Amino acid sequence: MRTKSAAVPYVFWMAVFVVIPLVLIVVYAFTNYDGAFTLENFDNIDVFLQVFGNSVVLALIATAICLLIAYPFSYFLAQEGPVFRKVAMLLIMLPMWMNFLLRTYAWMSILENNGFLNQLLGLFGIGPVHIINTDIAVVLGMVYNFLPFMILPIFSVIDKLDHKYIEAAQDLGANKRETFRRVIFPLSLPGVLSGVTMVFIPSISTFAISKLLGGGMSFLLGDLIEMQFLGSAYNPHLGSAIALMMLVLVLVATLITNRFGGGDEGTVLM
Amino acid sequence: MSKELIRLHDVCMAYDDELVLDNINLYINDSEFLTLLGPSGCGKTTTLRIIGGFTTPSSGDVTFDGERINDVPPHKRQINTVFQKYALFPHLDVFENIAFGLRIAKVGEKEIEERVNEMLEVVSLKGFGKRKVDQLSGGQQQRVAIARALVNRPKVLLLDEPLGALDLRLRKDMQNELKRIQQQMGITFIYVTHDQEEALTMSDTVVVMDKGRIQQIGSPEDIYNEPKNAFVADFIGESNILDGIMHTDFVVEIFNRKFRCLDKGFAPMEPVDVVIRPEDIEIMAPEKGRLQGTVTSVTFKGVHYDTIVDFKGYKWLIQTTDYHEVGSVIGIILNPDDIHIMKKSEYSGMFGDYSSYSAEYDEINDPDFDADEAEEDADDED
Repeated sequence: MRTKSAAVPYVFWMAVFVVIPLVLIVVYAFTNYDGAFTLENFDNIDVFLQVFGNSVVLALIATAICLLIAYPFSYFLAQEGPVFRKVAMLLIMLPMWMNFLLRTYAWMSILENNGFLNQLLGLFGIGPVHIINTDIAVVLGMVYNFLPFMILPIFSVIDKLDHKYIEAAQDLGANKRETFRRVIFPLSLPGVLSGVTMVFIPSISTFAISKLLGGGMSFLLGDLIEMQFLGSAYNPHLGSAIALMMLVLVLVATLITNRFGGGDEGTVLM
Repeated sequence: MSKELIRLHDVCMAYDDELVLDNINLYINDSEFLTLLGPSGCGKTTTLRIIGGFTTPSSGDVTFDGERINDVPPHKRQINTVFQKYALFPHLDVFENIAFGLRIAKVGEKEIEERVNEMLEVVSLKGFGKRKVDQLSGGQQQRVAIARALVNRPKVLLLDEPLGALDLRLRKDMQNELKRIQQQMGITFIYVTHDQEEALTMSDTVVVMDKGRIQQIGSPEDIYNEPKNAFVADFIGESNILDGIMHTDFVVEIFNRKFRCLDKGFAPMEPVDVVIRPEDIEIMAPEKGRLQGTVTSVTFKGVHYDTIVDFKGYKWLIQTTDYHEVGSVIGIILNPDDIHIMKKSEYSGMFGDYSSYSAEYDEINDPDFDADEAEEDADDED
């Protein structure tokens, strides 16, 4: 029974830091200031439907762009030599070692109306373009910050893909394109799903990116929740209700994604 | 046999400075069952990969039906492969795995269905089409791999140790099955194995390889009865290999005694290797035998006893159905056709001595043979 006793600290950890907070959120979501049971927190949610929709759309766009960048990148990187791969991976990880806010502030100054980008464009006589405080800036911030979460799982799946499947496909008459379409891509789907989940979830719940790069123009779920706890509209009960709704949304999205994976949950988050 | 289909001409393969294949010359006939046999690292898998197009030889030519195919990629060759660990596509069911090649070839839906079902029948897996690959046993996966290759009606089927991961009983069944399929389809099989018994059972032609070189090519009977050197004699079956001197044609000297044999064409007094198969030796009462020895160990093997007999300090293995207890003195006689003479080779003196006999001499036939280990060795060749 060694194994059982060894698991105790982890069970304890999960109880304290995962289960109890979750229960608290549920309790808050279904109570009012007096602590009495109520559903009224959910009555108001339709007011924020547009924020929900906006968040989902932006998160989806960011996820799609990440996928479009990450898949070809991972695919070709997996075919490179070990030194090149190590350097490339290091470069991908490097920005993550810097503070998240710092990186986003940097984007602010790049995208500003008088920022680096517009100065550069100005040299060529283009612009100035207005990017900061738009949805484009928010999506850009999401893609920049969360791209590594898409690359890592896809790369690791493609990299570990057993070469024998590729040889078997070639042996059966498949050229490079057919081999990719019929074997490599389907076999790399678990990595794609995992990457999609890992980009979609932080994208839909972010508030710093939308706040800094979106100004007040791009108001997302994360901002809404933050406002209920730290902002002007202090209402933790409503905040919990929105958080709970978002949890359900993410859960549903993940379940749908997993369905595409053909039940190969092993490599997918969830 | 019928006409020549594949030829390897002076094929060499080197990785960095290591010579993996050293001047391989080999031709393979249409509808032949040819086996590449040898220990791990002998170059047999590399030879197969060259024929399949997965590896390009460093030098030499590969021809198929008279045309040079060195640079033809695998997907353009009329050759299909059954891979060592099957390599069935995990994201497709049995039907789709088998249909894979036909879909690439854009065969019509109706014909695909017919041909896949026909193949499922050939490999005795009727009704398994909708199964997932990982729900199949090793033997069934094996059959799917064969069906997936054969459904494309290749001219040649390459099989890379396909039975290595199966247990002994299943392996025997599959050996018969493979032979039957080969005869039924009438196509060329090129089979790679390290299992000499498998090679002898199934093949029309056996190619014995070691250290990247072909040691001998011949029918199973030739290889067994007329091994060319000590390596072949030892690798195929059990052999007592002794130093001898060829006095004249048909007369060989062993242990300072002359024996009649059936071999000729050696120089007078040429030193040779003499092979005596353990099952050919006839045991007599000591006074009647040409040689006398003492039994030092007996192991019951089922069909026979492995009896180790000490002749003047040199230990022979004799397989006999009669029990002779340890310590007893026996005599033997050797008939001329029990003796096989080989020229001296680099392998002389390395094999055929049973002084360090242990009951596990037969590790190559061991049903518990570690397939992973074999694969690692095979990978080393790549």
